[in-house]
Amino acid sequence: MSERVKKPLHILVCIKQVPDTKIIKVNPKTNTLDRSSAPAILNPYDAHAVEEAVRLREVHGGKVTVLSMGPPQAKNAIRKCVEIGADEGILISDRRFAGADTLATSYALYKAIERIQKLEGVDLILCGKHAIDGDTGQTGPGIARRLGISPLTCVNKVAEVNRKEQRIQVHRKVEEGYELIESALPCLLTVEKEINDVSYSPLPNMIRAARYEPSIWTVDDLEDVDIKQLGLKGSPTIVGKMWPPEKSKGATLFEGEAGQQVKDVLGVLLKERELFAGKGGD
Amino acid sequence: MRVNIDDYRGVWVYIEQKKGQLLDVGLELLAAGRDLADKLEVDLCGVLLGEEVKSLTKDVFEAGADKVYLIDDPVLHYYRTETYMTAVGDLVRKYKPEIFLYGATSNGKDLASAVATDVLCGLTADTTLMDVDVEKRLFEASRPAFGGNIMATILCKKHRPQMATVRPKVIKRLPLQAGRTGEVIEETINVKEEDLQTKVLKIVKDAKKAVNLEEASVIVAAGKGIKDEKGFAMVRELAETLNASLGASRDVVEAGICGHDHQVGQTGVTVTPKVYIAIGISGAIQHLVGMQNSELIIAINNDREAPIFQAAHYGIVADAFTVVPMLTTAFKEA
Ligand SMILES: Cc1cc2nc3c(=O)[nH]c(=O)nc-3n(C[C@H](O)[C@H](O)[C@H](O)COP(=O)(O)OP(=O)(O)OC[C@H]3O[C@@H](n4cnc5c(N)ncnc54)[C@H](O)[C@@H]3O)c2cc1C
Ligand SMILES: Cc1cc2nc3c(=O)[nH]c(=O)nc-3n(C[C@H](O)[C@H](O)[C@H](O)COP(=O)(O)OP(=O)(O)OC[C@H]3O[C@@H](n4cnc5c(N)ncnc54)[C@H](O)[C@@H]3O)c2cc1C
Repeated sequence: MSERVKKPLHILVCIKQVPDTKIIKVNPKTNTLDRSSAPAILNPYDAHAVEEAVRLREVHGGKVTVLSMGPPQAKNAIRKCVEIGADEGILISDRRFAGADTLATSYALYKAIERIQKLEGVDLILCGKHAIDGDTGQTGPGIARRLGISPLTCVNKVAEVNRKEQRIQVHRKVEEGYELIESALPCLLTVEKEINDVSYSPLPNMIRAARYEPSIWTVDDLEDVDIKQLGLKGSPTIVGKMWPPEKSKGATLFEGEAGQQVKDVLGVLLKERELFAGKGGD
Repeated sequence: MRVNIDDYRGVWVYIEQKKGQLLDVGLELLAAGRDLADKLEVDLCGVLLGEEVKSLTKDVFEAGADKVYLIDDPVLHYYRTETYMTAVGDLVRKYKPEIFLYGATSNGKDLASAVATDVLCGLTADTTLMDVDVEKRLFEASRPAFGGNIMATILCKKHRPQMATVRPKVIKRLPLQAGRTGEVIEETINVKEEDLQTKVLKIVKDAKKAVNLEEASVIVAAGKGIKDEKGFAMVRELAETLNASLGASRDVVEAGICGHDHQVGQTGVTVTPKVYIAIGISGAIQHLVGMQNSELIIAINNDREAPIFQAAHYGIVADAFTVVPMLTTAFKEA
C-alpha cells in the first residue's frame, strides 16, 4: 500500500452490457425473454460509476480503466465508457465464463482484477448499484470479499480521497439518511444513480471511442484459475421456471352515484383495517 | 465448495436491528421461515448481531423462532460488512443451516452477498415468493428480473446453505405469541477494532427527508388533478385519517405544491406499500414504474380512460373534490 501513494491514482470500473429492459419483450410461447427484441446498452448504473471515476481523475489525476465480462459484442459497452471518459477498457470473454451466476461472475472478475493489480496496481474499484437485467446487486460485494477489501455499497457521494494516507470517505445511503464512512484504500464502492449526472461527452471522446479497441483476455490470460469455479459449473444457483408476471386486467371500476362509490371503496379498504391503525409512515 | 448436503439442517433468518430496534422485515421473514421449518420438520433460528441487543431475543421468540444465535459485542455497534460478514460466516460454518433468509434492505443485501462469497454458496436476490420441495429439501425462491418483465424461480441444488434476500413487505407477519420462548446460543466475534479497514464516522439523518415513503405501508398520492394547495390539503386529510404517508406525481412537485421527497416514480422513489391510493394521477409510465408493485392500488380519477385504471385494482370514476372528502368522513365514522 505504501508504494501506491507514489503512483498515479488508478480507478477500475466494472461494467456490464445489458439488454434495455424498458423495451424487452417476453416470448409468449416459451416464456423466455426475447433478447433480440431489445438493444444491448451499457448498464445505466455503470454509466454513473464511470462518470464518478472520470470526475475523480479530473481532481486527482491518474487513470480510469473499465473491465467487463461478456460476449465479444460487449466491446460496444466499453466504447460507451470511453465516450464518457475512461482511458482504457478490458473485456474478458471466453465460452468458459458463460452461464455464470453472481458467485462465478465475481470469481472471474476477481481473477482479472488480480492480473490488473499485478500489472499496474489498483486504488479504487467502482461498480454500479445493480445491473438492470439480472438485477441482484450481488456482484460488487462478491468481488470485494474475494479481494479481501471492504465493499461500501449504496454510495451516493465521494466526500474525500486522501492519497497521502490512502483513505477514502463516502456517504452511504441508508433508510434514514446517510452514513459517513471512512475506509482504507483499495476498497470497492457500488454507486447509486444520484451520485452524479452523466455529462454529455465531448467530441474528442466520441471520436476516440468510435475507433477504440479494448484488450480482450480469455481464461488463458489469467493466472491460477480454478476452471471449476467459472461459468455454469461454478454457479450454485440455476434459473428454473420462468413466467411473465400476471398482467393486471385493469381495475374493477366503481361508477355512478358518489355515495355508493364511497361505500364500495370503503368495503375494500376495511378489509385491510389493521393497516390503518398503526402509526403513519411520516 | 462441494458440500455434504445432509450435514445441513434448519432454517435461519437474519434479524436486522438498528439502534436496538428490530426491523419489521425480520419479523416478516420469521413468518415465512416458520412455514418452511414446519414443512421440513426442523428448527427455525434467528441470527441476531449488535451491541446490547440481548433483550431483543424475546421478540424473536414471540415471532416464531425456536433458537436465537446471538453475538453481542461493541465492535458490532454499527453495521459494517467486514465485521458482520465474519461473524455470520463463522456461524454458518459452525452450525450449517440448510436455508438462510435475509431482508432485502441495504444492509441485508450487502451482508448476504458478502457471506455467500465467503462460504461459497448460492444466493437468490430480491425474492418475492418462496416454497420448498420437501422430499428433495430444495428451496424454491422466485423473483422478478429484467426490470419486472419476468418472474424466475432460482434453485440451488448442490450447495448449502440455500440463501436468499427477500423483499420487505411481501410476507405477512404472524401475530406475536406472548410468552413463547426458546434457546439462546451465544457466540463471540474475534475481531479487534484496530484491525478493521472501515469506520462509520457518523450517521446523518436527512432533515429534509421527513417522509420515508419506501417504508410506508399505506400511501395516499396526489396528482395534478387536485389542482392546487387546497386540493392537496384535502388529500392530506385523507392521508392523516388513514395513517398514511403522502406521495405525489412529478407535476405536483414541479408546481411547488409539495417537496421532491414526496415524488413517486422514475425520478422519485420506488414504493411497494400494501395500499396505494392515487388521486388525480393520470398514470404516466414514469409514475407507474415507481408504484406498480404496490399490493392494492386504488385510483380516483374523473377520466374513465386514464391509464392509471389499467394499473389499479379498483377505480372510482369521479370528481376527486366530491369523493375524497366523503371518503375521509366515511372512514372516520367506520
Ligand atoms: C432471470 C434471472 C435471474 C437471476 N437471478 C440470480 C440470482 O438470484 N442470484 C444469482 O447469483 N444470479 C442470478 N442470475 C445470474 C446473474 O444475472 C448473473 O450472474 C450476472 O452475471 C451478474 O449478476 P447481475 O446481473 O445481477 O449483476 P449485479 O450484481 O446486479 O451487478 C452489479 C454491478 O456489478 C458489476 N457487474 C455485474 N456483472 C458484470 C460483468 N459481467 N462484467 C463486469 N461487471 C459486472 C457492474 O458494476 C454492475 O453494476 C440471474 C439471471 C437471470 C437471467
Ligand atoms: C424523464 C422523465 C421522468 C419522469 N419522472 C416522473 C416521476 O418520477 N414521477 C412522476 O409522477 N412523473 C414523472 N414524469 C412525468 C410524467 O411523464 C407525467 O407527466 C406525470 O406523472 C403526470 O402527473 P399527473 O398524473 O399528476 O398529471 P396529469 O397527467 O396532468 O394527470 C392529471 C389527472 O387528473 C385527472 N383529473 C383532473 N381533474 C380531476 C378531478 N377533479 N377529479 C379526479 N381526477 C381529475 C385527469 O383526468 C388526469 O388523469 C417524468 C417524465 C419524464 C419525461
